[in-house]
Amino acid sequence: MTTIGINAVSRWFGNVVAVNDITMSIGPGVTGLLGPNGAGKSTLINMMAGFLAPSGGSVTLDGTVIWRNEQAYREIGIVPERESMYDFLTAREFVVANAELHGLADPGAAAQRALATVEMEYAQDRQIETYSKGMRQRAKMASALVHDPSVLLLDEPFNGMDPRQRLHLMDLLRAMGADGRTVLFSSHILEEVEQLAHHIEVVVAGRHAASGDFRKIRRLMTDRPHRYLVRSSDDRALASALIAHGSTAGIELDKTERALRIQAIDFAGFTAYLPQIARDHGIRLYAVSPSDESLESVFSYLVTA
Amino acid sequence: MSTTSTLPDAPPAKPAAPRGGRPALYHPTVARLTWRALLGRRRALMLFGLPVLMLVICAAVRGLAGADDSTANDILQGFALSSMLPLLGVIAGTGAIGPEIDDGAIVYLLAKPIRRSTIICTKLLVSIGITIAFSAIPTLLAGYLLNANGQNIAVAYAIATAVASVTYSAIFLLLGVITRHAVIVGLVYALVWETVIGNLVPGAQTLSVQQWALAVGAKAAHGDLVSSAVSLPTGIVLLVAVTVLATWYATRRLRTLKPVGDE
Repeated sequence: MTTIGINAVSRWFGNVVAVNDITMSIGPGVTGLLGPNGAGKSTLINMMAGFLAPSGGSVTLDGTVIWRNEQAYREIGIVPERESMYDFLTAREFVVANAELHGLADPGAAAQRALATVEMEYAQDRQIETYSKGMRQRAKMASALVHDPSVLLLDEPFNGMDPRQRLHLMDLLRAMGADGRTVLFSSHILEEVEQLAHHIEVVVAGRHAASGDFRKIRRLMTDRPHRYLVRSSDDRALASALIAHGSTAGIELDKTERALRIQAIDFAGFTAYLPQIARDHGIRLYAVSPSDESLESVFSYLVTA
Repeated sequence: MSTTSTLPDAPPAKPAAPRGGRPALYHPTVARLTWRALLGRRRALMLFGLPVLMLVICAAVRGLAGADDSTANDILQGFALSSMLPLLGVIAGTGAIGPEIDDGAIVYLLAKPIRRSTIICTKLLVSIGITIAFSAIPTLLAGYLLNANGQNIAVAYAIATAVASVTYSAIFLLLGVITRHAVIVGLVYALVWETVIGNLVPGAQTLSVQQWALAVGAKAAHGDLVSSAVSLPTGIVLLVAVTVLATWYATRRLRTLKPVGDE
């Protein structure tokens, strides 16, 4: 049972603030670190991995500071985002080398166990440079697991994997979490995180935007006011009909765009009622487009919520 | 992999008792990874090619001009010590760590309970070993080829080359840690400073690794053909100081190296 503590941590590079005063605690089980690209997820993981000093605050492993503490790696396994390993080695040689670097008593047996866990025995004697992306990912996993760490950190582990490899890795991580290990992975894809993580931490623009189980995060994301841009045969008539209905919080007549800007409250309700109302009033709809459906806007909504 | 399986009946793979006492300077696994990376890639061709080229040239000179001490001295200094050695030093020294930092594989060394100083010292030792193997030994052979070690010139240059290998390795290893352009910077330093300026500009000679090493090598030569711009004590002090400082600083920089891609 190992807990990573992130206490008032900030990190800046020159003038750029990558991580801004984040406090969170990551315990056993699978935690997803969710956020758009460039949100500071990698910076955060690098600090947890002891590769980067926090500019302020502290990152700890069961209360012990991780930065400049090589002994912390006895408890931490890291699966980096970058592809390169020692590509001239076979997976077996690579994982054995990792076991030796950890100072394990029986590196060969430990490597064999780790390779079995990720089901890579069939290709273990081939050079890593011949591997596909998914096989590389598994070889990286085996190297991270070889010393039986209580913490596993994975930076964007699903990037570029095909669906089958993705499911396989998800099963593996679930098993690790069920085992009582502290598993943290980062992703910019909500569905991915939702499928796997019991607990989600959302980071946007370097700030801690939300924290909780996926239902709570999902609700936060779908319950926010949705904005639409609507063009119709009679914008004013449509506006008056909509404002009389409970699913709309505000309507603006945009004269330059010749369209309505509508702020809906109830996402499901609005999309069902809009065509009904239009038909009842004999109004034709020319265009209905959500104006803020990008992931970034969903995330930035969370920041201000 | 089924959802229910966990690590297959894993006995705790906890590490053997940590070795007590002083931190190790050498880790066999780090060394193995380093030399396999060095000798396994295209750069290995350069490592083999340069000494072979030198031996061919020496054999040709001997065949055409016969044995001559002064010619031997010129070739061993001009080619072996001041051209071939710095080039090999660049290849072995920067190659011992640079590519790993570039492609991010260094993370697998850094994420281990191993001291940064152990990683640097091990890589330094490997680089020194390879540089000596590919420069000092061929230099000795070349000396025998040229004038059958007359005036002990072959031994003198082999010693100078071996001594310089140590300091060059430390310098180029440091370059490999601090810059992504280590090979370019290293080549410019090796060719412009050590080869041209170190040979031609008298003042700069006192700040040239090959002159310091020559001071050591000259002690072994019998005649006065082999000479250095610096005295023996100065040479030794500077060789040691530069080696130690470069290694210390490389360790320091490795400690704050951010090994994973940029966000």
